[in-house]
Amino acid sequence: MLEKRVVICLDVRDGKTTKGIKFQGNVDIGDPVEMARLYYEQGVDELVFYDITASSEQRGIFIDVVERVASQIFVPFCVGGGIGSVEDMRAVLLAGAEKVSVNSQAVLNPGIIDAGAASFGAQCIVLGMDAARDPAMKSGYRVVINGGRTPTDKDALEWALEAERRGAGEIVLNSIDADGTQDGYEITLTRMISEAVGVPVVASGGAGKPEHLAEVLGAGKADAALVASMVHYGSYSVADIKQHLHAARLPVRLRYRPE
Amino acid sequence: MKVGVVDYDAGNLKSVQTALAYLGVDQVVSADPEELLAADRLVFPGVGDASAAMGVLRSRGLDSVIREFVSRGDPVLGICLGSQIVLERSEEGNVDCLGIVPGVSVRFPKKPGLKVPHMGWNQVHYRTGHPLFRGIPQGTSFYFVHSYYTQPSRADLVLCESEYGEKFCCGLLAGNLAATQFHPEKSGEFGLKLLSNFLYWDPERN
Repeated sequence: MLEKRVVICLDVRDGKTTKGIKFQGNVDIGDPVEMARLYYEQGVDELVFYDITASSEQRGIFIDVVERVASQIFVPFCVGGGIGSVEDMRAVLLAGAEKVSVNSQAVLNPGIIDAGAASFGAQCIVLGMDAARDPAMKSGYRVVINGGRTPTDKDALEWALEAERRGAGEIVLNSIDADGTQDGYEITLTRMISEAVGVPVVASGGAGKPEHLAEVLGAGKADAALVASMVHYGSYSVADIKQHLHAARLPVRLRYRPE
Repeated sequence: MKVGVVDYDAGNLKSVQTALAYLGVDQVVSADPEELLAADRLVFPGVGDASAAMGVLRSRGLDSVIREFVSRGDPVLGICLGSQIVLERSEEGNVDCLGIVPGVSVRFPKKPGLKVPHMGWNQVHYRTGHPLFRGIPQGTSFYFVHSYYTQPSRADLVLCESEYGEKFCCGLLAGNLAATQFHPEKSGEFGLKLLSNFLYWDPERN
């Protein structure tokens, strides 16, 4: 049986894992390679690294992080942030990432999904999508870009289906309304998108405790759930989360290393 | 002992290379038939399109390298796309493959709720006692990413199985050739264990 995946997300700036705190800007919370290795040893199923500066001067530092991660952890990981071309995709895939994710850039230039899928295969191309509640939209959700600051004219459900048609092999669906609240994922949105598309959906935004993952992987029909703060600050380990999911009768990978 | 890793522009070489390096293996990653033939064991990884991969293998003469390894009896491990192209044919692009193992690669059927690609960790059940799975409990999960799967023409060619919608073959075994649909190089500590078992595998004994 296919396991539900627990995915940990790390935002990387100047070679450090960082976390945006309301009214305080970003604070560094650790070395991304060391953190990745720790989560690997705890049995995480997958990791995502976002380059949140994505300026050309700092791109080299980020690629170096990707290479060091690839040499020390042996589970899949995805890289996003600052991916605007097939060449950008090639650079992170060659550095050792399995998948590459496009978000705002894909909204501005949807052809990048087609081009990426044609060059590397759909399984490598992840659509990152930020959606915000909006009763004016047909599905009830609008696609927003630039970290939620800029609304677009795209309907979230239509965009998910279009991205799949264009060759996205997975969708990381982030709810702007739930993001940062730690009150739980947006179940309605996640379930709607996950039931509509034929590719896996990773739920993002709102995780605060293991019950939230059980809810989005169960009722929300997500294939995977993304977490950040709840593990970065030591409130929960990967094992805590998985034990809870297992108790909730969700299939998870509990056995991850030889005895 | 030296392991040859076949480079045929079919992606994901890097992760196989880093996993073997982590295990301390002497390896040569190459597209040159002579360099590869000098190795003692062969790994051919791969993600991507079967027909494109077959085209590159043939144009570089690497198809005969794989055949040569198989016929001289040295251990060979195919991974992911590498497991599909040892069969006779793939539905992907309807292309003739290496034909070392009788059978075909077919696409997962369209079924409601069955997402394709089959992506993520899935439980694997293997032929009991096989040395490639030494130290790995039955039902351990490995990492998969694929839309096509191998369908060998005889049950004795099945090394392991998994389930997605229905049971499917996720590993082949034919003498000194083994191949897995999942990615041991991305399957955590148990994946590394399988790779390390491959390094010690003596096909004549099992």
